[in-house]
Amino acid sequence: MTRSFPVTITVNEKEYKREVEPRLLLSDFLRHELGLTGTHVGCEHGVCGACTILFDGESVRSCLIFAIQADGHSIATVEGLAKDKDDLHPIQQAFWEAHGLQCGYCTPGILMTLVPFLKQNPNPTEAEIRHALSGNLCRCTGYQHIVDAVKLAAEKMR
Amino acid sequence: MKPASFEYHVPDTLEQALGLMSQYADEAKILAGGQSLVPAMNFRVAQPGMLIDLNRVNELSFIREEAGTFHIGAMTRERHLEFNSSLAKRAPLLTEAAPFIAHPQIRNRGTLGGSIVNADPAAELPVLMLALDARLKAQNASGERWIEAHDFFAGMFTTALASDEILVEIELPFMPLRTGWSFMEVAPRAGDYALMGVAALVTLDENGKCKKAKLVYLNAGDSPVDAKESARLLEGAALNDALIESAAAMASEKEINPFGNIHTSIDFQRHLANVLTKNALKQAVKRAEENLQ
Ligand SMILES: Cc1cc2nc3c(=O)[nH]c(=O)nc-3n(C[C@H](O)[C@H](O)[C@H](O)COP(=O)(O)OP(=O)(O)OC[C@H]3O[C@@H](n4cnc5c(N)ncnc54)[C@H](O)[C@@H]3O)c2cc1C
Ligand code: FES
Ligand code: FES
Repeated sequence: MTRSFPVTITVNEKEYKREVEPRLLLSDFLRHELGLTGTHVGCEHGVCGACTILFDGESVRSCLIFAIQADGHSIATVEGLAKDKDDLHPIQQAFWEAHGLQCGYCTPGILMTLVPFLKQNPNPTEAEIRHALSGNLCRCTGYQHIVDAVKLAAEKMR
Repeated sequence: MKPASFEYHVPDTLEQALGLMSQYADEAKILAGGQSLVPAMNFRVAQPGMLIDLNRVNELSFIREEAGTFHIGAMTRERHLEFNSSLAKRAPLLTEAAPFIAHPQIRNRGTLGGSIVNADPAAELPVLMLALDARLKAQNASGERWIEAHDFFAGMFTTALASDEILVEIELPFMPLRTGWSFMEVAPRAGDYALMGVAALVTLDENGKCKKAKLVYLNAGDSPVDAKESARLLEGAALNDALIESAAAMASEKEINPFGNIHTSIDFQRHLANVLTKNALKQAVKRAEENLQ
């Protein structure tokens, strides 16, 4: 076994100190070390987008980063979006209202993709929405209701 | 799947990174954006004994302009190329092609240097390096050398870099005056590797004749394919549809050498190359003419 190294990683504004082996993926660190299982894992090679999180505010694949690389960085996951179960983030609320999910497997990755997207682009066209979501696979919805939900979210946030 | 274990080093400076590379060249691999290497490690197709992570070497992340040339650090993220306003003005071919590279989340991590060294014949950036006449700076502990993009790609996933060398900088000349550009590709879904793609550049002279043309293809051989003969057909002439069609026919039938894959036959790739070349050349000529005024 290789050596473990101490890391300090801020997740959803809370600081965690842990020892990690270099080969531990950030997705597994979040799920298994911290118990934050909202970040889903579909493919572990960058294709499905289920594991998308924010790394210093930018959407990235947590299955393609080692936890040790996040030392000193700030991570945001889907657990950090809602203040409370009755006080959803406007994007979550829009997905609820516009039926932007069925089984929900893809949803955390999609939400974390949309947070920076709608910040940078508060008034997106449908084509821009579809481009932004091109890296997130959904096997249930056929995407139409997801696109509707993004439009509704953009409206709520303007 | 999960990666096999490896030793991990994370230098803060290029000098430290070069020192580690000279010490461990045989077992070590550079970790840049990780967007090609980590999937390969998760599949255990790659099992490097050691990773040297360049993500804290800030001196390798920059886009500078100097005397008609861009100097770009190897660790510059693909996303920064996409949104850089100077590149959009003076190397708009790059800006046009960047959104075709994978997905936004992957471009947030993936780097220019990583994509070049990865040397995937289906990737966009290696093709753009050839189209834009880039020079690549390689460095090891004992010195540096510049390699022309044309001499860099040695085959499928293979480059001219030695095992202890790091690609540190990319030099891109501004696109010449009166130059029109176009990048087009066809992929099964947005963000997937393309079945076929072309970068076209056309430079006109003062009288509107074609002075220089370039056609470089992705997924058309075991490295980016520079269709020089086909481009030469266009040079010195006033461009019209018939000439463009001959160049497209020659490039797609004679100069490219696609392999086909699970998504496409070789014939279909040649067909795509023909259609894309015609469309791309027409768009490039139109843009060059707009630049004449
Ligand atoms: C789902 C998915 C879809 C993708 N689609 C596309 C696509 O359509 N088009 C496309 O072009 N790419 C695509 N990519 C690949 C992506 O663009 C990669 O980011 C890029 O090819 C590699 O860059 P990187 O910085 O991530 O390199 P890494 O993965 O970190 O490294 C790649 C290789 O280069 C070596 N290396 C990296 N930097 C250096 C350096 N400075 N000096 C020496 N060696 C170095 C590494 O050791 C490794 O062998 C896709 C990736 C994924 C996961
Ligand atoms: S699990 Fe990370 S992209 Fe699929
Ligand atoms: S809602 Fe089931 S995968 Fe998207």
